[in-house]
Amino acid sequence: MSDVALRAQGLQKHFGGLKAVSDVSIDVHVGEIHAVIGPNGAGKSTLINLLSGELFVNGGAIMLGDTDITRLAPDRRARNGLGRAYQKTTIFPKFTVHENVRLAAQARSPAPLRMFGHVRNNAAVHERTAQAIDRAGLSVRTWITAEQLSHGEQRQLEIAMVLATDPRIILLDEPLAGMGQSEARGIIDLIASLKVGRAVLIVEHDMDAVFELADKLTVMHDGQVIASGLPQDVRMHPAVRTAYLGDHGGGS
Amino acid sequence: MTRSWLIAVVLFAAAVALPFAVPTYYVQFASKALIMGMLAMALNLAVGHGGLVSLCHAAFFGLAGYVLALLSPGYDPASLLTTLPLAVLASAFAALVIGALALRTRGVYFIMVTLAFGEMLFFLFHDTSIAGGSDGAYVNAKPEIAIAGRQLLDLGSPTVFYFVVLAFLIATVALLTMIVRSPFGHALAAARDNERRARSLGFPIFQIRLIAFVVSGAIAGVAGYFAAAQFGFVAPQMLGWHLSATVLVMVLIGGLRSVTGPLVGALVLIGLEELLKATTDYWKLIEGIIVIVIVLAMPNGVRQLWPLIFGTSEKRETKPATVAAEARHV
Amino acid sequence: MDLVTFGVQLLNAIQYGMVLFLVASGLTLVFGILGVINLAHGAFYMLGAYLAYWIAAYTGSFWIAMVAGVAIAFVVGLLLENVFIRRLYGRDHLAQVLLSFGLILVIDEFREIAFGKDVHSVAPPAWLAGSFQLTDNLSYPVYRLAICGFCLIVAALIFLVITRTKIGMIVRAGAENREMTRVLGIKFDVVNRYVFAVGIALAALGGIVIAPISTVFPGMGDGMLILSFVVVVLGGIGSVAGAAVGALLIGLTDTFGKVFFPSVSSILIYVLMAAVLLWRPNGILGRREV
Repeated sequence: MSDVALRAQGLQKHFGGLKAVSDVSIDVHVGEIHAVIGPNGAGKSTLINLLSGELFVNGGAIMLGDTDITRLAPDRRARNGLGRAYQKTTIFPKFTVHENVRLAAQARSPAPLRMFGHVRNNAAVHERTAQAIDRAGLSVRTWITAEQLSHGEQRQLEIAMVLATDPRIILLDEPLAGMGQSEARGIIDLIASLKVGRAVLIVEHDMDAVFELADKLTVMHDGQVIASGLPQDVRMHPAVRTAYLGDHGGGS
Repeated sequence: MTRSWLIAVVLFAAAVALPFAVPTYYVQFASKALIMGMLAMALNLAVGHGGLVSLCHAAFFGLAGYVLALLSPGYDPASLLTTLPLAVLASAFAALVIGALALRTRGVYFIMVTLAFGEMLFFLFHDTSIAGGSDGAYVNAKPEIAIAGRQLLDLGSPTVFYFVVLAFLIATVALLTMIVRSPFGHALAAARDNERRARSLGFPIFQIRLIAFVVSGAIAGVAGYFAAAQFGFVAPQMLGWHLSATVLVMVLIGGLRSVTGPLVGALVLIGLEELLKATTDYWKLIEGIIVIVIVLAMPNGVRQLWPLIFGTSEKRETKPATVAAEARHV
Repeated sequence: MDLVTFGVQLLNAIQYGMVLFLVASGLTLVFGILGVINLAHGAFYMLGAYLAYWIAAYTGSFWIAMVAGVAIAFVVGLLLENVFIRRLYGRDHLAQVLLSFGLILVIDEFREIAFGKDVHSVAPPAWLAGSFQLTDNLSYPVYRLAICGFCLIVAALIFLVITRTKIGMIVRAGAENREMTRVLGIKFDVVNRYVFAVGIALAALGGIVIAPISTVFPGMGDGMLILSFVVVVLGGIGSVAGAAVGALLIGLTDTFGKVFFPSVSSILIYVLMAAVLLWRPNGILGRREV
């Protein structure tokens, strides 16, 4: 059994009287892609925000490896090895691809806030930047400002930035949203390659991609986990069929 | 690169030659303009590079001036080597406390909170008897650098004063340039452009902004110290928000994205004020109208006029020169 | 402190808070609906006081001064919105700060040209000029009580408009979610214009009612601007109820601070603001997100 990169136990989150997430537990292991699916409003985005620290839980605990990160701010979680890409692309539009990724690499360097010395003069950061850009397949676009990239390239840049922070677990929030067939192909292959030595948690609506990528599958509905396990088992789960996949099946 | 170095060298030569070429009044005027330029550059570290629109930098500026006034021994000159660090420390500490509170807020709240805390310092000196209350206090003798009773540097001479200010100004430019280009500076800019993303990459936004705010407040303190020394007088107006807003105008005129732009903005605005004061009683009216026109017509500052006047060298926004430099590095 | 003195101070605190509320509610509405931070708000308070002085001196009637002053401020507000402020929608805060700073310079200079820089006083209406004799050596001016009553009526009107009318609904929706209301296709340019004018008129009204109990002087707008900002920070941006809470808190803090801690009274409201910032950075009745 591979080791657990991220463990969430009994997570609770309510907004006023509305329970967005209730009693959600999830384990994400190194070397696997864990997909979270569910209809709109099931609480997937809230879950990812709880894990990345943009929202704090009302109950439950989150462990990143051996570290309890339940009360840590997002930047502390990131420095502990949690990387996140956003659903709505949130790169730095005026920076070049290189600058965007370098910023991410810098965040994980030993002295991320050095005031002395030019930002360019750090060989280790530079190396990691180049590697991440290369892995994301953006080498030829290195010196373009991010706002000039196509939508798909911006998603690649998102992933390059996450890679440059060298995380143990990567959270991907709908990485394929708004993407055409051919663009999606490249991103899916890229995501598949991310799990080597890392854990990946992905929230995605594209079911074909989910079943292609996922090693584990968790289905959420009304803020709760209704099924979790290997994709082929979950697919057969009766509660899932009625609650979620049934919607796709039409009038069977 | 070579062109901007050339400009810098020419400007430096002109700045050094100035005291020998013009009457004393203009030397003093130039010192004042440089001091305001230092203040504007300090403010721009927070506003332009950090995205933090602060309306309390005059308070840091004035506070350092008051420290000099309070530490000056009667009619004898104070020692620059002890009073300047203390004055700057006071400003930095004020920036630390105000920044730590104000940075809990964002955007328009930040503006209002900095304004209010700045006015708190104003009222502290205005309503209490510290240093003369609303009447202000005199700095009777300009500070000096003396070792074992021998005076090495007498700021009482306008020319010496001018060169000391010039030296500190150059040091400020160097320090700010270094910060802006450093990893810290890039993290600060990232936090300005997209706070959420910068945080999720692992940058501690609050600390980054607080450090920038304190550095910015400390440099404002250096400027305030020399301003008090030059005028020989401190009054609560020195801490008031009208000065903060005026310095923001300088920043806008000079451009938010460069280190030295606000210096140019300060020189332009100070020169303009001098001109208006000499020609009309209603100079504030004209200045107000000019400010409104600049804001409405030139959102990126008067700087955007430069390419029209001096050719196109200023036009490049995506800075291919830097890109080329980085490409060479690869 | 005996009970009568306490009562008098309490009335002073409420009266001060009510006037603050008038001015600050205008500021918070303009920010909440238009998303514009207006540093010139205090200048209109000052202008209101000068208009009250000038019109009252000319006509001999405080009431005419009040109505005319508010009307003038309202029209000026409509004009300013049309010429300047609407160009600021969607611009960054820096532009808004500097444009309104430019307006302050212009308004100040107009004031100097029109009214000079002398300090003036305004007589309250004759039938409100007296005082209630409370004890042998303690009396309370009728006009101060009248301010309390008047401001209460205005505050009630503001709340009524905001909670009960269609315009109020639009205004509330705008404060809650500016994007949403844009999508709904509400005629925002018109709403904006009137909200701005009403905000300015409220500032001027504050200056007018305060004129008979304070002096009318050039720098009066600055102090009021800062106080209004503190009120808005305390209460939460865009929240009229928050402005009421914040204004009363400041009235109480300032009045009783002067009684109990006279040496540090001018600092107390900022200490209060610092405490609220530590406790609830978005204000007592503020939303979580700005």
